[in-house]
Amino acid sequence: MAEILLIKGNEALAEGAIRGGCRFYAGYPITPQSEILEWMGKRQAEVGGVFVQGESEIASVNMVYAARALGVRSLTSSSGPGFTLKQEGIAYWVSAEIPGVIACVQRYGIGDGFIGAGQDNYWQAIKGGGNGDYHLITLAPNSVQENMDMAYESFELAEKWRHPVLILSDATIGQMIEPCEVRPYKEYDKDQLDWAVKGTPIGQPNKIVSDVTYIEPIDEWNEYYLNKCRKIIETEQRWESIHVNDAEICLLAYGISSRIAEGAVRKAREEGIKLGLIRPITLWPFPKKAFSELKNCKALVTVEMNMMGQFREDVILYSGNKYPTYAITTAYKVPKIDDIIAFAKKIIAGEIEPEEVF
Amino acid sequence: MITEIICAGFGGQGVLTAGKLLLYAAYKKDKHVTWFPSYGNEMRGGSANCNVIISDDRIASPYADNPDMLIVLNGPSLEKFQNTVKPGGRLFINTSLVDEAMVTRTDVELFKAPVTDIAISLKNERAANIVMLGYLCKKTNLFTDKEFENSMCEYFEDSGKGKYNEKNVEAFRSGYNLD
Repeated sequence: MAEILLIKGNEALAEGAIRGGCRFYAGYPITPQSEILEWMGKRQAEVGGVFVQGESEIASVNMVYAARALGVRSLTSSSGPGFTLKQEGIAYWVSAEIPGVIACVQRYGIGDGFIGAGQDNYWQAIKGGGNGDYHLITLAPNSVQENMDMAYESFELAEKWRHPVLILSDATIGQMIEPCEVRPYKEYDKDQLDWAVKGTPIGQPNKIVSDVTYIEPIDEWNEYYLNKCRKIIETEQRWESIHVNDAEICLLAYGISSRIAEGAVRKAREEGIKLGLIRPITLWPFPKKAFSELKNCKALVTVEMNMMGQFREDVILYSGNKYPTYAITTAYKVPKIDDIIAFAKKIIAGEIEPEEVF
Repeated sequence: MITEIICAGFGGQGVLTAGKLLLYAAYKKDKHVTWFPSYGNEMRGGSANCNVIISDDRIASPYADNPDMLIVLNGPSLEKFQNTVKPGGRLFINTSLVDEAMVTRTDVELFKAPVTDIAISLKNERAANIVMLGYLCKKTNLFTDKEFENSMCEYFEDSGKGKYNEKNVEAFRSGYNLD
């Protein structure tokens, strides 16, 4: 029987990464994700990996660039303004096709913000937080188990595409404890990679893993890069559908909000209200294929912990703007099941119109 | 069936551990369960609390906005949380440190025990949380005394603190044996 641990989401994420072959971690403490550092500090020593508490977020993200260029499965993590500081480094990962993994444990607020849960990093996370044309392959866990499982598989996903993976968690998922099944250790040989940097004999050119600006014919690279991104969009969309086929009103939510939305669907169905839920598991690529399951839908409603309905914008975009699209935005408060059902009833009764700007 | 519990007190009174013991006992009974702590800034004021949700079905939110049961080991926690308890809910107060006159709710069931004094009399002051859990097990049907004792001992064994199990069982029993 598989081992079950009762651990925090942050610890599960770190353990999942370790089990998935992560042997280098660099980061800088910030609430609510510091347990990732603490767990890594202990566990990397046990598995023969390296843990570094960098002097800053900027140093840490660039250490991961270096370690990953050497082939080692590498992770960094942060939250709030710390995640912002890492954006420059992440853009360099993308350009150099460094398949690094970063976890952002979202906390609420602009600038320094607060330490409680939020989902207001969506724009930054999904629309490219650094400069240039890119999205990160973004996984959105909604349980402690998914924190473990997504970290566990993130390195293979990143390596498959030579593209960074972001695990977009939040303070609730990170701080809570749930029973969590531990995965077996993966074998990984960094010396088998053809792209990783290692020593070369005298007389042969050194291998370079660098920002593409300096080493590729740009038109050729652009075409290759665009094709890669299109293939990611086509093949990596993931989502969970709950009572979507006959849904009159379909909720869309990810992370902690999706748990509440699922609770609302179950409770509404008991009252005969046809609610459904599309839960994106990947936020990029956005699982737009999920919309084809809708048959009787009258309206879409996002449930999200921010003020401006960030996620709603993508729902409008990817659904082709075919449905009236509302947002239940709860800022720093976790949504409530009864509020979601009450909102749905108002839509059915024709009492509210979607807001254009929040 | 879903039961929402808040455990609150001063940092050091073991309220986070009390919540983890409930979590573990519920897990051993194959319940769905979540535990969510106060953390960061909130902890720096010297108070601590955690939310435990125990359910037969998948749990949506790990927050106990309106708990069925509230355990308070100090006065400030009573003030902070008593108004959140569901009407008809259960309020457990540590009368060693909480003035009963501070209880303003009349629509909840009140359970009183001087758990800090009891723990001190057992020369195990830090086990006030466990005395309270014994009392809670007596007054609710969450766990039988044997279920809880066994899971508690296993929990401490797993966390390398098994050598205190005898003292902890003694603390649990003295809470459980209260009227």
